[in-house]
Parts: sequence; C-alpha cells; structure tokens
Amino acid sequence: MKTIEPMACPVVAKHIKVALVGQPNVGKSMLINSVSNAHLHVGNFSGVTVDKTEVLFDYKSYHFTVVDLPGTYAFTDYTIEERVTHEYLCNYEYDLIINVIDSTNLEKNLQLTSELLTMNKKMVIALNMSDEAQKEGIEISGDYMSELLGVRCIKVSAATKEGIESLIDGIIDTYEEEKSDTKLIFSEAVEEEITKIVSYLRKHKYDANNSYRNVAINLLKNNKKTYVKIHEDPIWTELQPILIEASKHIELHHNTDDIKEAFAEEYAAFNRGITAEVVQQKNAEIKATLTDKIDGVLIHSFVGIPIFLFFMWGLFQLTFEIGAIPMDYIDMFFAWLGDTVGATISNDDIRSLVVDGIIAGVGAVVLFVPNIIILFVGIALLESTGYMSRVAFLLDGFFHKFGLHGQSFIPLVTGFGCSIPAYMSARILKNDRDRLLTLFIIGFMSCGARLPVYVLFAGAFFSPEMAGNVLFIIYISGAILGLIAAKILKITAFKGVDEPFVMEMPKYRLPSMKLIYHTVATKTMMYLKKAGTFIAAASMLIWFLSNYPKNIEIEKSYELKIALSTTQEEKTLQENMLAEALLEDSYLGRIGKFSEPIFEPLGFDWKMSVALQTGLAAKEVVVSTLGVLYSLGADVDPDSRSLAGAISKHISFASAVAFIVVIMIYLPCLAASIVFTREAGHIKYFFYLFVFTSLTAYIMAFLVYNITKIIF
Amino acid sequence: MKTLLDCEKTCRVKVLKLNAQNELKQRLISFGIMKEAVIEVLTHAPAKSTIEIKVGKMRIALRAQEAKLIEVEKL
Repeated sequence: MKTIEPMACPVVAKHIKVALVGQPNVGKSMLINSVSNAHLHVGNFSGVTVDKTEVLFDYKSYHFTVVDLPGTYAFTDYTIEERVTHEYLCNYEYDLIINVIDSTNLEKNLQLTSELLTMNKKMVIALNMSDEAQKEGIEISGDYMSELLGVRCIKVSAATKEGIESLIDGIIDTYEEEKSDTKLIFSEAVEEEITKIVSYLRKHKYDANNSYRNVAINLLKNNKKTYVKIHEDPIWTELQPILIEASKHIELHHNTDDIKEAFAEEYAAFNRGITAEVVQQKNAEIKATLTDKIDGVLIHSFVGIPIFLFFMWGLFQLTFEIGAIPMDYIDMFFAWLGDTVGATISNDDIRSLVVDGIIAGVGAVVLFVPNIIILFVGIALLESTGYMSRVAFLLDGFFHKFGLHGQSFIPLVTGFGCSIPAYMSARILKNDRDRLLTLFIIGFMSCGARLPVYVLFAGAFFSPEMAGNVLFIIYISGAILGLIAAKILKITAFKGVDEPFVMEMPKYRLPSMKLIYHTVATKTMMYLKKAGTFIAAASMLIWFLSNYPKNIEIEKSYELKIALSTTQEEKTLQENMLAEALLEDSYLGRIGKFSEPIFEPLGFDWKMSVALQTGLAAKEVVVSTLGVLYSLGADVDPDSRSLAGAISKHISFASAVAFIVVIMIYLPCLAASIVFTREAGHIKYFFYLFVFTSLTAYIMAFLVYNITKIIF
Repeated sequence: MKTLLDCEKTCRVKVLKLNAQNELKQRLISFGIMKEAVIEVLTHAPAKSTIEIKVGKMRIALRAQEAKLIEVEKL
C-alpha cells in the first residue's frame, strides 16, 4: 500500500476529500485506477482492499484525495473490512461519498446505498459497469434515479473509461452546491413513527448535526452512535417511551421481534421500488447467462474438482517448462558478467567478493524470475476471473472436514505466491480461531521464494520431463500436509464453533491484461528489489563468513603440495582441497560444523545446514548460500559449472528429499514472520509457530530421509 | 417444516423465516436472504456439503448448516 504525501499546491486550488464506498466486486479499485492511473491491486473476490488506500490526483483546479474503502455489503460490523469502512464513514473527516454501484445488479447494490442515505453527507452515485449492463439489455435512467434519490447518479465504466470525466465534474458540482435532502421513503407505519419523533425533536429544538428525519431513522434502527449522543440530552427521559412504543409498532407491522430485520425489509422494499422505476430490462433474458454455462462445468459435482486439479497441474507444468527457456540465458548472462567484471578488478579479495559473493548470490536468485512471473500470472488469473470463489465453493465441504473454512482457500492459494499477502488476506475470516488456524497453515503452502530451491533440486535429480511433475508433487504434498496439520491443530489447540460459510460467487469476468500486468509487474519488481538489496547484502555477509578468518597455516601447508605437484591434474586437485579446507575453517564452516550434529540424522552436510539457517532470513538466500558455498568449494569436475551439477554430485538423493521437506515446512522468511505475528495479534503465536513448524519439519524430514534411504 | 437444504436443484422457493441468530442473521440479510425473498437453488457441491443459490442476480454459496436455518416454501 502506498501513501503519498500531500503535495504543496497553489493557493487557489481546493482540496476535495472523497470516500469511495461500495459493495465488494463492484469495481471500486478499478474505477480509481481509471480516474487517477494509480496502480492498485484489483481482484475479483471480496477482500482485496483490506486496508483503506489513499490516492491523490489533480483535476481542473482541484486536488482530490480519494480514500478507497474496503467493500461492504451493508452497514454492519461482521468482517474486518466492514468494520474499517463503517468506522471511517462515521468518524473521519471527508467532503463527500462516492457510492460505486454495479449497474448490472442495481437492487442488491442499493442495499448499501439506502443505508448511506441516512448519513448526513453529500453523495454521488457512480453507476459503474454501465457497458456491461448495456450488453445485458439493462437500461438505467440515471436522471430519473437522481431525482428519486435526491442524489446525483452518473453512469460510468471503469473498464472503457466512459463517463469518468462527467463523474469528476459531478463530484465538483456536488462539492460546490449546498447539501440537498435525500429522499428515502419507508412504509406508512414507519413514516408515521418517524413523523412523531421528528415533531418531538423539533418541539424541543434538539441540537443535532444531522437532519431530524435522519436522527429519527437512526434512533429507530438502534444506531448506537445516535443513541449515545441523545442519551446525554434531558429530552431522553421523555423520548424513551415514545421510541419503545414506535419500535413495538414497527415490529408488529413486520411480524418480527427484531427491529433490524424489520428495517432490512423496509430498505429492501424501497430498493425494489427504485429498481422497478428506473430499470428497463430489454429482451427479457430467459436463456442461461454465460456464467451459468461456465458454472455448469466448473463447479459440476463430479468433474469440478478434477478440473481444478488439472488447472493447478497445468500451472506448475508451465512454470517449469516455459520458465526454463530464459533461464539458460540469464545463467549465461551472469557468468559473463562475473568474468567481465572480475577481469577489471585486480585485488583478489575484492574480486572474490564481487564475483563469488554478490554476482553469484544475486544471479542465483534472479535466475528464477521467469518461474516467479508465470506463477504470479497464474494466481492473478485465478483471482481476477472469479474462479477463486468457485474453488472455495467446491472445497468447503472437504476443507470443513479438516476444520478449515472454505474461505481459508483464498489465503492458502495466495500463500503459493507469497506468504505475506496470504497472512493479510486471512482477515476475511471473521472468527479468530478460524483465522489463527489458517495463519498457522499458510506456511505449508510453498511460497514463490521456495520455488527456486525446488526447481534447483528437481533439476539436479530428475530429467527435464519429470521435473514439472516433481514440482507438482512437492506443492500438493505440502498442501496435504497442511490439511493434516490443520486437523491436528483443530482438535487440539483451536477447538470451538465453526464460522458460518456464506459467500458471494461473483460473475465470471475476462481479466483485463492491464490489470494482470500491473499485479505481476509489482510483485516481480518486489522480488527483484529484494534480490538487489536484501539478498545482495546477505550474499556479501555469507561471502565474508565463508572467506574469513584467513588461515595462513592451511594455505602454507597446501602451497608446498601444489608447488610439488608434477601434473596439472594433481595441481588442480590440491588446489581444490585447499579451497575445501579453507571453507571448513571459515566462520560459516564453523557455524555449519557446530550445528551439523543436529542435522546429521537428516543426512545434511554442514553446507546444507548453513543454507537452512540463512534461509530463515529469506528462502531465496538458501539458493544463493548454496551458490556461494559450492562455487567456492571443491568442484572437481570442470563440466559441472552449474549449481545443479554440483548439487547432484555432492548431495545424496535421500538427503536432497529430506532437505526439500524441511524447506517445505519450516518457518517462512523473516518478513513473513513479522507479518504473521502482527496478524495473529501476539508474539506468543510466533513462538508457537516456530516450535510447531520446526518440530514438524524435523520429524518429517527424519522419516522421509530414512524411508528414502531404504527404498533407493 | 421445509428448509433450503431440502430443496432440489433448480428449485425456486420463498423464504418464510430465518432461524439464524444475531450476526449470522444480519449477514444473511445483507446478502438479500430475508423474509419474502425468492431464492433459486442452483447446484450442490459434492455430498451436498455446500449449496449454490441465486437471490436476485447474486450467486451465493452457503454451507449445509446455514441452509438448514432458512425456512422456505416452494413456489
């Protein structure tokens, strides 16, 4: 999320602060994109905008600040998103509200709108997706709707950018005008009670910052804030019996004992009325919509899940097959860069730092950019088409058996990209236990940063045809392990009542290329930035730890042997033995040797032990550590210049499998751990996570190592 | 008493009563599932663990447990 500092501006300009509100999936973020060319993340499932985001732009002589609030179905506090939005609208300073509405589903969207009408704020309604509505034969009369609601309604399309200018002009006009009264009309019974309360308030000259009518409506709706205020006023004692009587009357009228339900019905009736007045449905469509047809296949009782598994398998195949093509070039580029740069540096130590440390380390990470891009494109497609919700629908029954919620699927799949947004998107789960459980499991979904490690090992031990399948198996077994862990946690640590599963299934949409591009470009840049800064620094540190302290004695003892070598082969052999001995005596070697006994039962040598420990900082560092360690160490065969070659030579198959298992399960990177702790709400959960993942990783790796050793 | 869970696929029903409490009730209402609302049952997930319904133009996924709380009558 980026926040932009308010810029210095000419004195003549006016600031307009706008709160952007709407139900989920109505295209709020996309509208902001069109208006300001900002690059917000837009997806086709509820819960993309969890934090409010501010966007600044200039138009004519006005400075706009648009606050993009999370989508909310109604004025309730059910989910975190709804709480954020409600809280902002009631307690913050802003000039007007833009209520974004999906024109293809007016009646449902008006539910939020009619509640917004009782707030004492200027408002503009953006009838978004008007192009889609037109295609579906839905004709909305914007002018008539403006008249009926007493609020400016403007047709726009964020996708085609149609009407964007008239929307901004409409905002400016509304901003400059006096606030007009909105026209929310209820049934006779409610209107009667409202009139009674209004006349009472008027008689006693109650000091309100909202209209008396709105105060009356809010009192009847049991709006807490209005109550708190009026409670302090002496008129309260007399007003109270009137309110009780009014509520009884309304409840009786609606045949319910719940005033909120009664009002929900009132609003629904009003919305039906408005919709009937302003919407004209041409060519009344009886035929099934495209979404119906697609759903007929994709969420079919029998083929739905196989299709989903096929998509996932396809994604991993693509990741490996297509990703491998540019990798050779990237590898060649860094080899060339190392040679070229190395030739210009005369000092041995500095050259080694630059070539073996920075270039080798960063190169090892950049190598995987193609894979990462493909994976991110896949996840972005899943999000933006609306397929993600279908998968949640298909899997809820299955997930529920493991104590997870169907909506846990969204953070879990996001976890395949990166754990950090995954931890954040777990907020869509309202129930604390469900959320914590999901947070603990996200780590089992291997993130993009672990992909390089898998690709490296799969490439080292399997033929290119098999590597894609191996990758798929790694991801799937991680996910299955996660489910088992969820079940265990559910029956031990997180016992309790399940959260209900009620979720919107958005319409299928063709993803916009621009959107996918922005999402993927942003994430890829983040990865590259990490490679350029954090990982370059880590590579330098690892280089230092692996080169110092300089042990003169070892060098001297080998110098003699090298000098005495008669053949070139023997000389190379001695040189390599020197490098190996020096590495073992370095700081890094000492750390590795010190921790080797812990990892020995898993079949890891000290280099692997070190790589796991540096991997706690970031999983990409595992690869760069291995890269540094093996490029410095004994590499007898001149053909195996590549890291994969060195690994298949020095690491046994069983150890490699155990290593993959540990990478799959143990603690995610430092940044993700910090986000986890923040989302979980207490530092103690981090320690639980650390103990839980470390123990699981160790036990699983131990089992796998020994089983593999027996079989192969 | 017939609930939404008892409905077959492609069945159209009218809601009579919500037996849900507090927050869940509010949630259902905010999705348009309230008294008098017309619901179309679209499909069931495997083992009827989850059902997909249509209220107005909105598709909603509901778990069996929640569907059981919605009293309906066939149209």
